[in-house]
Amino acid sequence: MWDEYLFPASVEEALEMLEAHGGEARIIAGGTDLVLQSQRGQCLAKVMVDITRIAGLDHIEERDGLIYIGARVTHGQVAASPLICSRAGVLAEACGSVGGAQIRNVGTLVGNVVNALPAADGAIALFALDAEAEVAERTGRRWTPISTLYAGVGLCTVDPCAAMITQLRFRALGKGEAGAFERLAKRRALVLPILNAAAVVGLQGDKVAKARIAIGPVAPTPFIAAEAAEALVGRIPHEASVTEAAKLAAQAAQPRDSLLRGSAEYRKAMVEVLVRRALWRAVEAASLQEGEDGNS
Amino acid sequence: MVTLKMILNGQEVSVDVEPGDLLADVFRDKLGLIGTKISSGEGECGACTVLVDGKAVDSCIYPAIKVQGREVITIEGLGQDNRLDAIQQAFVDKTAPQCGYCVPGMVISAKALLDENPHPTRKEIEKRISGNLCRCTGYYQIIEAIELAAERLAGKGGLE
Repeated sequence: MWDEYLFPASVEEALEMLEAHGGEARIIAGGTDLVLQSQRGQCLAKVMVDITRIAGLDHIEERDGLIYIGARVTHGQVAASPLICSRAGVLAEACGSVGGAQIRNVGTLVGNVVNALPAADGAIALFALDAEAEVAERTGRRWTPISTLYAGVGLCTVDPCAAMITQLRFRALGKGEAGAFERLAKRRALVLPILNAAAVVGLQGDKVAKARIAIGPVAPTPFIAAEAAEALVGRIPHEASVTEAAKLAAQAAQPRDSLLRGSAEYRKAMVEVLVRRALWRAVEAASLQEGEDGNS
Repeated sequence: MVTLKMILNGQEVSVDVEPGDLLADVFRDKLGLIGTKISSGEGECGACTVLVDGKAVDSCIYPAIKVQGREVITIEGLGQDNRLDAIQQAFVDKTAPQCGYCVPGMVISAKALLDENPHPTRKEIEKRISGNLCRCTGYYQIIEAIELAAERLAGKGGLE
C-alpha cells in the first residue's frame, strides 16, 4: 500500500502535489478499484492525492442544454439524480447496475472512465451519450471527447500521476430522444458484465433522426457500432430495421473467447440480442416522450 | 502515523493509523470492534459493511483515513446494552442468521435502507442487499426479517 495520503483543497493544489512527487503520487477518488490494484501491486504510487474533499467537484447540473457531472460524483448519486433520470436515463440505468449499493456509494463515474476498462457500465453509457471530459493539467484545462481517453485495456490517456479529470459533460436528451442500457451477467449484481450495450435514439416524426450505439467488452476499448447506428437513420424504427441494425452491430463487434465471459460465438450472438433490446426500449421511450410533449 | 478522529457509534474516537490502513482493519485490530467481518476482502461480499455519514460502504476496501472527521456506525453502534435494535431483533425472530457471518453487514445494509426508505418494497430490499452475500439462507429469512423490522419501526415511528 501507499506511504502517504493527502487531501488537497483545490484542483490546483492536487496538481501541485502530483508534480511535487514527480510520478510517485497519483489521484484517488473512491478507491474501490485502486485499493485492490494497490494491494495486488498493480499500482505502485507511494502517495495518494484524494480529491473527494475538493469543493466544486460534486455537481450534477444542466447549463445551456449540457449536463455536467463532477469528478466526486458517485455511481449512486448519478443513478438517483432526478436530472439524470429524466434527461439521460441511459446513464442512470448504467450507473445503477455497477457493483452493489456499497460500491455505488463510493466509486465515482469519473473513476469508471479513468480505469479505462472496456466493460465499464458507466463509460458505455457515456460513449452512447457522446460525452466529453474536462482534463486539468499544470498547463491548464481542456475538453476532450471521451473516446480520446482510451489507449487500450485499462489504459487511460490521462496520467493520474500528472493530471486529473475534473468533470464530464454531454448534451441532455430532449424532445423525441431517449436511451436505454442493457447488461448480461452471470448474476444480477456485483459481477462484471458478459456484455453490456447502451443505445441513444432521436426521432423526428416517425423516423430515426440519429442513433448511437456503444457496446462492451467487445474490443480493447468501449466500442461504438457506427455502421449499425447509421443503418437506422432515416428509417422508421420497426422490428425489421431495428433487428437489422442489431445484426450489423453484432457483425462489427469482436468479442473474445473468455473463460469468465463465455465463447466469442455466444457473445457475438448475444450482442445482437442486447443491442436490439436497448434500441427497442430507446425507441419506445423516445416516441413516448415525443407524444407527451405533443399533447401538452 | 496519522491521528484519525471520527464520531464512531456516537462517541468521539481518536486512533493512530498508517496512511495505508483500511477501515475494517482499524475497527478489528486497533479498536477491538470485531463485529465488522472481513470475508472477501475485496468489496464483493458486504460482510464488512458500515455506515459513513449514513451511507453504506465496504470497509475492507475503504481507506481508514477517508473517515477523518466523519460519522461512522458499525454493528456495535446498534441497540443498547442488552437490548437489540429493531432490525437485529427482527433477524432473531425470523431466524435469519445461520452461520451468522454475513449478518452484521446485512443488518447495516438494512439500516441504511430503512433510514432512507422506511417502507421498502420486497424488490427494493432485494436490490439493496444485493451487495451482501449469504451462503447459508437463500436470503428469504433475511428479506422477511427486514420486512418485519420495517413494519415494527413504522408502528413505533422510526428507528430508535
